[in-house]
Amino acid sequence: MASFGSFALLIGLMLAAYNLVVGATALRLIAVGRPTAFSPERMAETARRAGIAVFVAVTAAAFALVWSVFHNDFSIEYIVEHSNRALPNPYKFAALWSGQEGSLILWAWLLGAYGFVLRLRHKTDVKLHAYAGTILAGVQVFFLLLLTFATHPFAGVRGGIAPDDGNGLNPLLQYPEMVIHPPMLYLGYVGFTIPFAFALGALMMRYPGEKWIHITRRWTMMTWMFLTIGIFLGMHWAYAVLGWGGYWGWDPVENASLMPWLTGTAFLHSVMMQEKRGMMKSWNVWLIFATFMLSILGTLLTRAGLVSSVHAFAQSSIGGWFVTFLVIVMAVCLFTYILQRDHLKTEHQLESLVSRESSFLFNNLVLLAACFTILWGTLFPVLSEYFEGVKKTVSGEYYKHVAIPIGVFLLLLTGVGPLLAWRASSFRSLRRNFILPGIAFVLTAAACIAAGLKPWADEPVFYSLMTFSLAAAVATAITSEFLRGAGVLHRQTGKNLLASMVLLVRRNTRRYGGYIVHLGLVIIFIGFAGYAFNRTSEMPMGPGDKMQIGPYTLVNLGNTQESNANYDSEFSQLDVYENGKKILDQPMSPEKRVYLVNGQPQTMVANHSTMRWDLYLVYEGTDQATGLPMIKAFLNPLVMWIWVGLSVVVFGTLVALVPSLSPARVAVKVAVPAGAMSGRTAVVTGGAD
Amino acid sequence: MAFFPGRSRLFSSRIARITQALLVAAVVCFSLGATDSTARFNELGGKLMCTCGCAQQLMGCDHVGCPNRGGEMDQLRSGIANGQSDKMILDGFVEQWGTTVLAAPTLQGFDLVAWIMPFAVAGLALLGTIFLVRHWAKQQPKLAAGVAGGQAQVDDAMQTRIRRETETE
Repeated sequence: MASFGSFALLIGLMLAAYNLVVGATALRLIAVGRPTAFSPERMAETARRAGIAVFVAVTAAAFALVWSVFHNDFSIEYIVEHSNRALPNPYKFAALWSGQEGSLILWAWLLGAYGFVLRLRHKTDVKLHAYAGTILAGVQVFFLLLLTFATHPFAGVRGGIAPDDGNGLNPLLQYPEMVIHPPMLYLGYVGFTIPFAFALGALMMRYPGEKWIHITRRWTMMTWMFLTIGIFLGMHWAYAVLGWGGYWGWDPVENASLMPWLTGTAFLHSVMMQEKRGMMKSWNVWLIFATFMLSILGTLLTRAGLVSSVHAFAQSSIGGWFVTFLVIVMAVCLFTYILQRDHLKTEHQLESLVSRESSFLFNNLVLLAACFTILWGTLFPVLSEYFEGVKKTVSGEYYKHVAIPIGVFLLLLTGVGPLLAWRASSFRSLRRNFILPGIAFVLTAAACIAAGLKPWADEPVFYSLMTFSLAAAVATAITSEFLRGAGVLHRQTGKNLLASMVLLVRRNTRRYGGYIVHLGLVIIFIGFAGYAFNRTSEMPMGPGDKMQIGPYTLVNLGNTQESNANYDSEFSQLDVYENGKKILDQPMSPEKRVYLVNGQPQTMVANHSTMRWDLYLVYEGTDQATGLPMIKAFLNPLVMWIWVGLSVVVFGTLVALVPSLSPARVAVKVAVPAGAMSGRTAVVTGGAD
Repeated sequence: MAFFPGRSRLFSSRIARITQALLVAAVVCFSLGATDSTARFNELGGKLMCTCGCAQQLMGCDHVGCPNRGGEMDQLRSGIANGQSDKMILDGFVEQWGTTVLAAPTLQGFDLVAWIMPFAVAGLALLGTIFLVRHWAKQQPKLAAGVAGGQAQVDDAMQTRIRRETETE
């Protein structure tokens, strides 16, 4: 199977190279219009078909690796390093992306899958798809070169003798979310290649109008949604597995995923200005270039060992390949931009500082400032080592002071932007739109202070207060937008408010889906704000010992050890009481596992999650002084809000992806005077906008 | 004592109350002190990294049998108990473990760049954006006047454009 996989990768590389070279030649011939022996259109078609076949070849290679994992083929080094016989089947499947070579196959396979869909849909716009497909083939060539020559997944085991068993999967990765978190994240990273390819292709061919944006809008939104889900699943995994009581550690790997998300979010907003008003064309092109390059840079940062990371599971020496690729991509983008920049002249300019356009501009500014801050913080250890010869640490302590203010400002813009009109907002409309959110802000701030928050005493409490108040203001603004629109429809159609609201959303899914996404972000920010009030307690606990945290009393029922074929485990069982009353039927069981195959320990957190807070218990190990298990308890307020908010964001994105109801298909019931139509209700169509 | 048995009881009960009050006050004082030192311990602990190579902050390191976490925490506790200032404690850590033990860059020398740069870039970009928008906005009346001075016709294409641009999204 190893030979089959290697051969499939080689075939994939040759097909991708054919697509790149022949596709580029054909497009060049079409552009110059020079007569040739071969029809350039037919050449382009063969290139497209080769691009489709790349997907088949890479699928075969990925299948070969998965098959080898499931059949315990320990003649392959990758299988030895990332699997073993006792590994449960779902994790055997996850072994595909648990190491460098496997994760690059996953990357290449997803790229092939996206390319497959893109090339099948070529009839939408044959020429633009030909350009995008050729650029995509260039990216595929890079990854397949990497897989074939630099980090070969089917390389034979060192020493040539296959061991009886493998080293097993990293215990940190043996968690259900690891089966879906990396594919989601990669769907996001890889997916940005599509709008990048379209943007670069449209620029190369001086594509008129904004059609490339319309074509890629759904691609970009889907990609953004996958990246969002991937990031949050990663947060949840870190929260449940790493056992330090938090979900975001500002680790370089986490930062690497956040940077393209920030620029991708900026792009999703600023393309609206290009669609609506033909503005910010150069900006948009560079935003999507930057998003793609940040995806590659993130991979470089975490795999080349440039920066140390808690969860860099796949470090190696392939940094040089990524640097070369980044330089080539940058050079191509810069060259094409310089050559074609006159094509990107803006059609209009901003007319007012207080307008929807300028709010998008500021939103982009803040998102890019956040992106720069994170990039700067991630690279600062490297810079300090270069300039001072001493490596400095940049951890959450740094980001707490620099990134959180930017995040709070972004939350403010989330609420302000949608309340402003295109072109310019009048003072009257400003007053009308902002009065309710303003009241919500002031009332929430007052209520928080009355409840005992002292923003003047503590910086995190100040940011939490600001977040709660802004969240209330933004939620009020969004709700009032929904109610205002639904009210109008209610008067027009006679439907009840809920039905009017559904109709409102269906008529403009993009706008109201966007509002739902904003509402989800507000909920997520509320969850983040709870971090300022985290509490923790730690003590060795024997049977019958009690620990108090917040209103909860934890009573240790006993400590137990168990073993199975995969791991040994130690765990405590703790009953939870609140005001003397037992609140859980089953005791909580924080656990520590030690995997037999490699002796690596793993924390299994016990978490009782409610909308109010999470009671989060960690079995830290044995206390040397007492010989008892050390139990650490955290009381983390509002964490559940983050996961709920994510669901709302995903729902909102899905709503925005659904095509809006065509005005011609909207049935509007109009109550006609009794005399006119014998008291019946007439159904008319059209005029929904 | 036997002459005033009632007084004696009263006296002893007063003593008991005063003793209880003093004990409560002492417990409160000690617990307040404990709270202060705990808060300081947590605050300083948040400024330090675990030096075992796990790349986690000291207070977040959860490795079983971590060789360094316990020692660092003891060092921190003893520094606080000995009445050392925050700076002295952190300097002691830097002396022993190097600058990587600090969770964030300091406010001196090249480290200052780490703190200034994000705000400087954001500030400059903000000023630049405001300047740009104002510049564009100033140009608008001229354009509008140009249109008004010429033909005031609004053809179909113009109407479509206006509709597209003003439609709320």
